[in-house]
Amino acid sequence: MFLNYLKIALKVMTRHKLFTFISLFGISFTLLILVLITSAIDHTFGPHYPETKLDKTLSVTMGLLESDTNGTYSGPLFSPWFFKKYVKSLKTPKTISLSSFHNPIQVYKGERKINMGIKYTDSEFWEILDFDFLEGKAFNKQQEENIEYVAVINEKLRNEYFDGQPCVGKYIEADGDNYRVIGVVRNVSILRIMPYADIWVPMGHTKTDLNKPCITGTFPGWFTMLLAHNKKDFPKIQSEFQQKLKNIEFPEGRFNKLLTNASTYGEALARQVFRKETGNIGPFMFILFVLMTIFMILPAVNLVNINMSRIMERSSEIGIRKSFGASSITLVGQFIMENIIVTIIGGLLSLVLAGIILGIVNQSHIVPDMTFTLNFRIFGTSMLFAIFFGFLSGVYPALKMSRLQPAEIIQGGNK
Amino acid sequence: MIQLNNIDKVYATNTIETTALKAINLHVEKGEFVSVMGPSGCGKSTLLNIIGLLDSATNGEVLIDGQSVQKYGDIKLAKLRNQKIGFVFQSFHLINDLSVLDNVEIPLLYRRMSGAERKRKALAALEKVGLKARTKHFPNQLSGGQRQRVAIARAIVGEPELILADEPTGNLDSVMGAEIMDILMRLNKEENTTIVMVTHDEHLAKQTQRIIRLFDGSQVG
Repeated sequence: MFLNYLKIALKVMTRHKLFTFISLFGISFTLLILVLITSAIDHTFGPHYPETKLDKTLSVTMGLLESDTNGTYSGPLFSPWFFKKYVKSLKTPKTISLSSFHNPIQVYKGERKINMGIKYTDSEFWEILDFDFLEGKAFNKQQEENIEYVAVINEKLRNEYFDGQPCVGKYIEADGDNYRVIGVVRNVSILRIMPYADIWVPMGHTKTDLNKPCITGTFPGWFTMLLAHNKKDFPKIQSEFQQKLKNIEFPEGRFNKLLTNASTYGEALARQVFRKETGNIGPFMFILFVLMTIFMILPAVNLVNINMSRIMERSSEIGIRKSFGASSITLVGQFIMENIIVTIIGGLLSLVLAGIILGIVNQSHIVPDMTFTLNFRIFGTSMLFAIFFGFLSGVYPALKMSRLQPAEIIQGGNK
Repeated sequence: MIQLNNIDKVYATNTIETTALKAINLHVEKGEFVSVMGPSGCGKSTLLNIIGLLDSATNGEVLIDGQSVQKYGDIKLAKLRNQKIGFVFQSFHLINDLSVLDNVEIPLLYRRMSGAERKRKALAALEKVGLKARTKHFPNQLSGGQRQRVAIARAIVGEPELILADEPTGNLDSVMGAEIMDILMRLNKEENTTIVMVTHDEHLAKQTQRIIRLFDGSQVG
């Protein structure tokens, strides 16, 4: 019976080319967009190089400062003093790192200008993140505290500055200082904003006063990463942090309330989108989920429409099958199965299209140092969603047609 | 085989009621070949649809093999149609997307049967109507007479006790019509299949064992 249904499904697809195109376009385009978006999200926020311990990492990046008289201030510009006093002092996390976001600078090698991003950081940074060292190693606690002129650079900078030659022990000029290169790491994508830089140096080299008492910092901003012993410690860490914030000082005097949180990447994103610095973000995540579901439902509703027309066209066939012993339930099953077959074909098409598009994106280096790959887990989930909606979009038209009296359709059907 | 008791059929819309059949009482014995005649719109096809369980009567009772089907649900009716009844329609009603063989196999899809067995039975049915050489053709590659023979093969493939033919020669020329009539006569004689045939053709009707005449929804003979 299945073979018969398959034959019919394929025949109908080739017979109604416009309907088929619209159906397949709807299904494959929706899946394609989902796969591309999730691929981009996954590569930005997922546990990839060098942030392989993301599942155990929280971060404090931004917050909302409030004042009774001066309004509010929201942003990522907390000062190093704030982080040292209220985050680095936390006891629950296993490791805490304080770093600046990357700061774009230019250096000259002879006449050639090289653009690069410099990051001021600590030795814990290298413990939390899993960088691949092509040569040398990271700076240690002692080198950080002694503010030694040592630097880790990436492969791209080695290629540009040292013509791709081994460079550990050689010197590089950055931001007016000469640093001895002690390590070279594999490039990090710019989308991974916490680890990204071309050159990493001990944080004492920053022009920012690390100990100036103030809540707000200066460009390019600072952040902390908190590595937990395991994921279960997150609530404890968050609670300890909130406890500390209860006794916060406001040295600037302009503000009197701070809302911030130690968040995972996903939470941090949601908080930024919804401007909610503390409290439960469950409802917002729910809204996000609803929006994604609507994104999937819209093409499904469209498919219901298309299926309705397709099935109406086949009223004669329904009449024939009913006359020869098909029950309404059997016919519903047949049309749903046909729908699912179309959905699967659409899904496979989207997989091919996504592969091609990601290949083009990777080849074109639109996002430097980022190789987008198809996430088959996400594709599988999207496919399941699509099959589910393929099922839903087939049920209503099939039910409607299957309830008609066979005599009615036989007499009214095409010949 | 078939017993109709006081069958009425009324088609009702919001504004108008049309009586298609009035107080029809009919008994068809197993192995009979009965024709139903009457002018257009007299209710012949409606009667055939009610006998074939494709439509329900407004009033009255339909008995197949002594069993009243009035309270049967969709699944039970479908099973009864599948096991006991084969249909031949004036306009063939073949599925153009399926080959001749696949079309003939349709009634067997709704029975527990292997694909090989289905194919064997479908080929046997096609052989009976002289179309074994056309199994891979599609309906639109066949003449009208050949299509009707495929439709007959589909009707008999499940070895039903009853064949309902709604003007089976209506769309065919006289030669092809005679061929189709020959096949139906043979089925009736050789396999004792009960046949109820709607026709406008007096000549064909006279070849059957009994003629039921309808006029304005009532039985007049």
